[in-house]
Amino acid sequence: MSFIAHTAEEVAEMLAYLGYKSIDDLFVEIPAGMQVKDIDGIPERMTEMQVSKLMQQRSAADRTELNFIGAGCYEHYIPAAVWELVSRGEFLTSYTPYQAEASQGTLQVLYEFQTMFASLTGLDVSNASMYDGATALAEAILMAARCNKKNLPESKKVLMPLNVHPYYRQVVQTLISPQQFEIVNIEYDLATGKIKQDDLKRFNTGDFFALVIPQPNFFGILDDVNFYTDWAHARGALAIGLVNPMSLGVLAAPGDWGADGVDIACGEAQAFGVPLSSGGPYVGFLCCKREYIRQLPGRLVGMTNDTMGRPGFTLTLQAREQHIRRSKATSNICTNQGLLATAVTIYLSLMGTAGIRQVALSSHANTAKLQGAVNKISGFKVLFTGPYLYEIVIQSTKPVTQILDNLAARGIQGGFNLENDYPELGNAFLCCVTETKSDADLAKFVEALAAC
Amino acid sequence: MVSFPKEFKYSPTHEWAIKDPDNENIAIIGVTDYAQDHMGEIVYVELPEVGLKVAAGDEVCVLESVKTASDVFSPLSGKIVAINEDLEDAPGMVNTDPYQDGWLYKIEIKDEVEFDELLEAVDYQDSLVEDAD
Repeated sequence: MSFIAHTAEEVAEMLAYLGYKSIDDLFVEIPAGMQVKDIDGIPERMTEMQVSKLMQQRSAADRTELNFIGAGCYEHYIPAAVWELVSRGEFLTSYTPYQAEASQGTLQVLYEFQTMFASLTGLDVSNASMYDGATALAEAILMAARCNKKNLPESKKVLMPLNVHPYYRQVVQTLISPQQFEIVNIEYDLATGKIKQDDLKRFNTGDFFALVIPQPNFFGILDDVNFYTDWAHARGALAIGLVNPMSLGVLAAPGDWGADGVDIACGEAQAFGVPLSSGGPYVGFLCCKREYIRQLPGRLVGMTNDTMGRPGFTLTLQAREQHIRRSKATSNICTNQGLLATAVTIYLSLMGTAGIRQVALSSHANTAKLQGAVNKISGFKVLFTGPYLYEIVIQSTKPVTQILDNLAARGIQGGFNLENDYPELGNAFLCCVTETKSDADLAKFVEALAAC
Repeated sequence: MVSFPKEFKYSPTHEWAIKDPDNENIAIIGVTDYAQDHMGEIVYVELPEVGLKVAAGDEVCVLESVKTASDVFSPLSGKIVAINEDLEDAPGMVNTDPYQDGWLYKIEIKDEVEFDELLEAVDYQDSLVEDAD
């Protein structure tokens, strides 16, 4: 259907019907101080041809020959079938189904998404997706506070290691501070890159309602997740696993961490078939144990039988949601990223657990090659002794901006500069190698680094 | 046909209260037959914590039916001393037996006057007629 603007005649007709003289009359009930007459920062209008050219320029700027930046956004190969299918009109144009059960196809996709994530995380329930990894973590924390209100009614603090993604920590801060919750930072070990266990000794039962456990952490390092899960539980707190879901092809599911598994798992699912596209839109996931299902935000698709006994899909437990519970809803999130959740579901259906295991292992093997090579370049070394998955932190004797600029001039996106967020690491940047990089790509990168 | 037993006291927000037969200082609280009838099939009851101190008018429970979620306001001030844990597995008792097995919680009465000022069955029933008008 084309977009057809209202003609001046139509506007006049509608105003006459309503009994108003002008559009301004229509909005007169909005206090004058709240009306925005002129909007700043909106560029002059352009023709379709001009917009098309502009977008092509922007799109060209997005391309780089070789990308070694990870830091929460991972370049993995996307099978051609994924977006061929997602781009079909039936998926592409669907938004939140208002008469949900009439859209059985959409509900089935979301049900499959939930099934896959519950299975990957080893937890009982998954919702139908979140906006992205950062907001999924914030919702996981708010949810943990609600779940633990009975045991620890006074506690307003969540413990979060500093080796959680710095952008995630900012988003969480933004979303939880209005509800008077507070993030307490936990130090990381400068030698291993893992959580500094000794820093937890200052906390006792009742001091905090949840602990966030990243695996791998922002530096790509794997931590002793079993220990931390049990440590949190022993102090009456909930354990929240923040995971890169691709890692679950090779690592233990959060639901299996420690004696009882984490209570909530969340993360960013972009790695599963969603292109980097300058950082978004992405898609998050949020899973939990069954006992916490009523505090889980977002939509839930359930499977049921119709009156004739045939299987079908339906939205379920809707009384948690905003259209019923209004201001007391668990959250105002909805189906969020239906299209990207569809891409993720198709990606996973094509790859299977064997496929994502292969991707994770292959990415790790490539990263190991880079690690070995970097340590041989004079003036560069790989920091942290903790085990890594497919990201490493490289420290240099030269300023990082200089290195990254030099690499960019050779068509290489060399990594994520850590100088601002982690000044204690000196000239350090985070580097990611996925399965998409060949030995020749790695050789080119190493050669360019040595020339910096 | 909904019923309003005479021995109960009622609040305008559709809760009932009755003295615990074993202890004069404690009241048992639930929702009225009228309330459960309007909510439809109740599928989940969120109960308060034992030990919680509440003021009259505070939201203390949430009753979740298939189509809606309704708050229950405490008709009395005091400390919650017991909750009906059976509702966890059988929330439908609020529908089938709102005045007996479907009770919600017991509260230690802080102010006897609040109890006395609750509505009698006949007055509560009249208020429903006014609502309908």
